[in-house]
Order: sequence, then structure tokens, then C-alpha cells
Amino acid sequence: MASVLAPPRPGPLDSLRRRFFPTPPQALVSAVSLTLLLWLGWKVLDWALFSATFDTSGTADACRAATGACWSVIAARWRILFFGLYPYEEQWRSALACVIVVAMTVLSCIPSFWTGRRIALVWGVGTALFYVLMKGGVLGLPYIGEEQWGGLALTLFIFVTTCLIGFPLAICLALLRRSELPWISRTTGIIIDAVRSLPLISILFMFAIVVPFMLPGWLQGDKLYRVIVGSALFFAAYQAEIVRGGMQGVPTGQDEAAMSLGLNYWQRIGRILLPQAMRNALPATINQFVIAFKETSLVIIVGFFEILASGNAAFGTAEWRSAYVEVYVFIAFIYFTFVYSLSRYGAFLERRLSVGDR
Amino acid sequence: MERLLRNQKVRNALLQILFVGALALLVIGGALVARQNLIDQRIVSGFDFLYKSTGWDMNFSLFPVSSRDPYWWFFLNGIVNTLFLGSFGLVLATMIGAVVGLARTSTNELAQLLGRAYVDFFRNIPLILQVIFWYAVLTRLPPPRNALEGAGFLLSNRGLYAPFPNIGVAALLVIAAALVAAVALPVWLGRTGRLSTPPDKRLPLKLCAAAAALLCALAAVLLGRLPDAPLLDMPGLQGLNVRGGMRVSPEFMALLVAMGIYGGAYIAEIVRGGFKAVGRGQVEAAQSLGLSPWRIFSLVRLPLALRAMLPILANQYIWLIKATTMGIVVGFTDFFMITALTINHSGQTLEAIFILMAGFLLINMSLAALFNRINRAIALKGNQVRA
Repeated sequence: MASVLAPPRPGPLDSLRRRFFPTPPQALVSAVSLTLLLWLGWKVLDWALFSATFDTSGTADACRAATGACWSVIAARWRILFFGLYPYEEQWRSALACVIVVAMTVLSCIPSFWTGRRIALVWGVGTALFYVLMKGGVLGLPYIGEEQWGGLALTLFIFVTTCLIGFPLAICLALLRRSELPWISRTTGIIIDAVRSLPLISILFMFAIVVPFMLPGWLQGDKLYRVIVGSALFFAAYQAEIVRGGMQGVPTGQDEAAMSLGLNYWQRIGRILLPQAMRNALPATINQFVIAFKETSLVIIVGFFEILASGNAAFGTAEWRSAYVEVYVFIAFIYFTFVYSLSRYGAFLERRLSVGDR
Repeated sequence: MERLLRNQKVRNALLQILFVGALALLVIGGALVARQNLIDQRIVSGFDFLYKSTGWDMNFSLFPVSSRDPYWWFFLNGIVNTLFLGSFGLVLATMIGAVVGLARTSTNELAQLLGRAYVDFFRNIPLILQVIFWYAVLTRLPPPRNALEGAGFLLSNRGLYAPFPNIGVAALLVIAAALVAAVALPVWLGRTGRLSTPPDKRLPLKLCAAAAALLCALAAVLLGRLPDAPLLDMPGLQGLNVRGGMRVSPEFMALLVAMGIYGGAYIAEIVRGGFKAVGRGQVEAAQSLGLSPWRIFSLVRLPLALRAMLPILANQYIWLIKATTMGIVVGFTDFFMITALTINHSGQTLEAIFILMAGFLLINMSLAALFNRINRAIALKGNQVRA
């Protein structure tokens, strides 16, 4: 009786070949991709690490010799990047304020904080701490006005306050738009659509320059807060549609059941509708936060000294003039770290939520 | 009175009147304060200023503009610039997005990795930072004397100089139309039901149509070329500057590159989502019918994916058109920058903002209407099971 031989087991090389080079066209695509990946990877690493200078002497001398990146500019000018024009001795306050924002963001990513009260507490207390730390004037901290805030701290402040004002506003707008009273829902709809059809830059510009025309002097407030209100309004208009979408996903039976139990309007909204709607809307909401964070960079247009503007100032001296690429790459890296980790978290959450559904 | 307040209908009416009234009060109050402020600053409100000459200049326009031209002409050119930059940006972003998106949906893992790296990197950096970065790079290129040269193109800190045909504007438009017809006519001929020849025997007809259109284009080239000039106007160095050819300014290039790269990353994700939405059963059915991989792609996956991605793509296009307002950070005179300059120079704040809002509303609504039509035209008819 002839013995049956097992088919030869593919060696590691063989499985590699099957995976990446099964047919000539596939092999070509793989080869091109691989070359591109290796070439790009090598170029970037060589520029950023191997040929770069990390000299911290505070002068640009070492950079003239280096063929790669000149990270000395960051070592010499990191204070202006992070803190802007904030007074030198008080910059620890600005740094601590940034840490508070990061802690707030991390805390609100933990599921046990996902009740309306706890989230509101974290963000309310966090923002208040941030404000007191930055502005001072109490507890022996010297007073520092908003016009001296800058850099990363200002970017984070605008982001946090935008969300803090924008999120409740979004829920209000969504509820108003869903109202059964035709005039209320229609007017709200017009406001939301009008805001959504305009570019954010034009809204910021309007709030910075046009709104003072339309308000009596005592109501105008600082330009910073007007711009924050504008960006919060823009955030709320988009977020309201997301929340509304989430509400539409809640079956009407839920509301009817709550009504038959005798719950009043606010109980039905607060305990039945919103918790379920927010769960439906969570991935899109995180996406909207990510977009809001990226869009804080636009305030440079209405003349704020946020991180992009302080980046321009960082290489604005004669000594560091040629180091603009390094500064921009560093700012891009800061944005990337924040935005990428948030969006990865959003993707993780989306997977987790959709697993729970099935 | 109390009974009246308890009545549901009365309460509803009162609530609505209160809500709309409060909003109206806000608007009217704002308008009154604004009017008082304008009177204090001796600015005459109204749209008469549109006929005054501006006294300042535009650094980029497709039509001739001078500082003696009236405001309405500036606004019009601003809108044209926005649409011009926007349409080039859309095309570039779509091309990049299609390539990267296809790489991400391909079966090749290395291509997937490359596509993913691209999307993750460029999507997570704000667009404005990318615009400023490219502008900084482009304006720090060597001066025209040491310009980078290649294939007739000159790249320097004054912008990109490209060869440009020495052909009149009207003839150029005819050529563009003929080239579009050369592609569109055969496609139309292949689909129309008005011909008696069956679709698979129309190849000679299609070839004839394409050839006729190309002949028209050639005739336009020969008739429309400027006399006594070479067919192609090549840029060249003369003294300290570049003469001839067509100049693309660094502002335009920075915006275009940034919009293309950033928008491309978003569109790649939309393309990927569209292909993911195609049911596996559809592909398996096509495979079991014995279609080749290319025909499965072009006849089954692509048409279905296109339908799935079109509504999201429309939103992304509207977003990209709005993103042209970044022009103000590098000084490209788009619609928004013209508005901002008008406010600075004439003080006609409310009117200018009104024009800006109306303009963007018009652009957005026409784009949305266009995509709705396309969407309806290509929607699958009937109630097929699509999963």
C-alpha cells in the first residue's frame, strides 16, 4: 500500500512569497510599496535623528554644520512655543494648567465618568482651576491678563472653553430642533444650517470684528471670549446635528413607556432620551472633538498668539530664521499626539460599542 | 387668565411667540446698535459702496482687475478665485484620495500599510499648519537666478513658471470643450438607447466621434495660435526675473498642495468606506459567474462603492470649498479675503458680511443640489437586496 505523503509544509520564505509576491502584478505593487516605505523611512529617520543636531547651547552654530534637523531651536525656544508671552517666572502656572487639561481629557475617556453630573463636574472644576491658575489675582498668584496668554496654553484654553460652552448649547439646539412646536424647530433649524454653511474662519472673524459693532460697549467683553463664543457656536451647530442623529436612533417606544410611567418632560429627556442618544452619538461626538481641537489653530487669523503664531515667533529671530521646518514639524507633532490619540480612542470605542450591540 | 395659561394650545403659542420674539429682539437690537455706531463713524449704510472704486488691488485674479475698479467687480473676482482654487483643490484631492483609498482597500498588505500611514499622518495635522508650512517652503526656494529647472518648468521663490500655449483665450475654451467631448461622446454613444445599432457594434462610431472631436481641437490650435510666436511660450531667465510662460504664485501653490494632501487623506477614508460597504455576496456572485478580477472591480465593486460614497463625498467637497478661506493666512485674494479687505478699507461691515454669507450659502446650496441630482440619477432603482 502506497504511503500518502503529507503536503510539504511551507517554509517561512515560502509563506512570505505567497503573502507579498503571489502574482507578478502583486509582486510589482509590493516591490514599489516596499521601496517607497524604506526610502521614506530612511529619509525621515536620517533627517530627524541620525544627521540631526541636539545641541542645547542655545545658539545656532551647531546647526550650520548639521545636514539634518536642527532641534537646537526647540531647546532654545520651547518656552515661547508652549507659553507665548506669559511672564517668565510664572510659566510654571501655564505648564500646570496644560497638565490639568490633559488630565481632564484622560478622565473623561474613562467610562465610569460618563454620567452627565460627573462629566460636568470634571470639566467645570478643571476649567475653573485652569482659569484661576492662568489669570491669578487670588491666593497670592500675581494677576496676568488674557492678552499675555499664549502658546499651547492658549490653544488648550480655547479648545476647552469651546467644548464647555458648545456641548450644552448643542444639546439645547438639538432639543429645540426636535421640538413639536413648528416655529421653534424651524427657527432653530435655520440658525443651525446658516452656521453650518459658513466657514469657521468667517465666523471667528465676525465675532472678533463685526459683533462689537452690534453690541453696546458694556456687553462686548474681551475679544478672546467673543471668539470663544463664536467657535462654541460653530461647534454646537455641528454637534447638535450629531446629537439629533443619536436621538433619532432611540426607539419611540422608550419615550412612550416613560410617558406612561408618568415622567415629566425633563425626566424623560434627562433620564431616558439623552443617555441613549449620547451612547448612539458617541463615536461621532469624539470625531467632532478631534475636529474642534484641530480647528482651534484657526484663531491665528484673528490675531491670537496661539501655538502656531508662537511657532512663527520662535523662528522669527535672525539666528533661527532657517529652522522653520523644525518648528513646524514640532508643532505638527504636538497636534498629532493629541489628535491621533483621541481619534484612536474613538475608533476603539466604536468597536467596543458595536460589539455590545450584537 | 390662569385658565388661559393652563390651556395647552395657548401655552404653545405663547412659547413660540416668546422664542421667536426674543430672537427677533436680539437681531433688531443688534441692528439698531450697529446703525448708531455707523452713524457715529459717518459710514453710509446700504449697498451703494459696491459701485465705488476700491483703491486697493488684488494679487491674483483671472480677469483684469485694477484699483480703479468698483467693489462689485472685486467681489465677483473673489468668488471666481474661490471657485477656481476650490475646483483645482477638489480634483487634486480626489485623485490623491482615489489612489490612497484604493491602496487601503487592496489585498496587498504593504500597499495597505503605505495608505494607512499617509491617512494617519496627514489627517491629524491641522490644514492651516500644512498651508503655512508649504508656503514657508515655497517662499524660501532659491531666487529666480538659481531657479530649479526641469522639463521647461522653473521653480523659484517667485512661484512656478510653466510653459503655456500661445493661443487666444477663446480658442483655449474651444479646445477644452473639444477635449471633454472627445471623452464624453464615446461614453454617451455607448449608453444611449436612441441608436438602432446594438451597443456592442458601436465601436467604429465611437472612434469616429472621438476623432472628430480631436480634429476640432487641432483646428482650434492652428486657427487660434497667436501669429509670429512659437506654439509654446517657454519661461526663461531674463536678467533677474523670469519672463514668459504662465506663473503659478506660491500662495496658490501652497493652498493647492495643502488642500490636495489634506483633502486627499479624508477622501481616501471615504473611498475605503465606500468599498467596505459593498456586500461580500455581490463580489462572490460575480466571482461565481466567472468574471475576471478587473471586471469584478469595474462592473460590480466600483459602481456600488461609488453610490455608497457619493453623499459623504458631497459633504467633503463642500467642506473643501469652505477651506479655501485659508487663503487669508498666505494672502491669496479669495472671496473671504476680499470681504475682510472691504471691511478694513470701506467700513461697510454689515453689508460685506451679508454678501459673504449669501455667497457661501449660494455656493453650498448649488453644490448640494448638484450632488443630489447626481445621487438621484445613479441611485439603484427598485428594492434589490444589497447586502
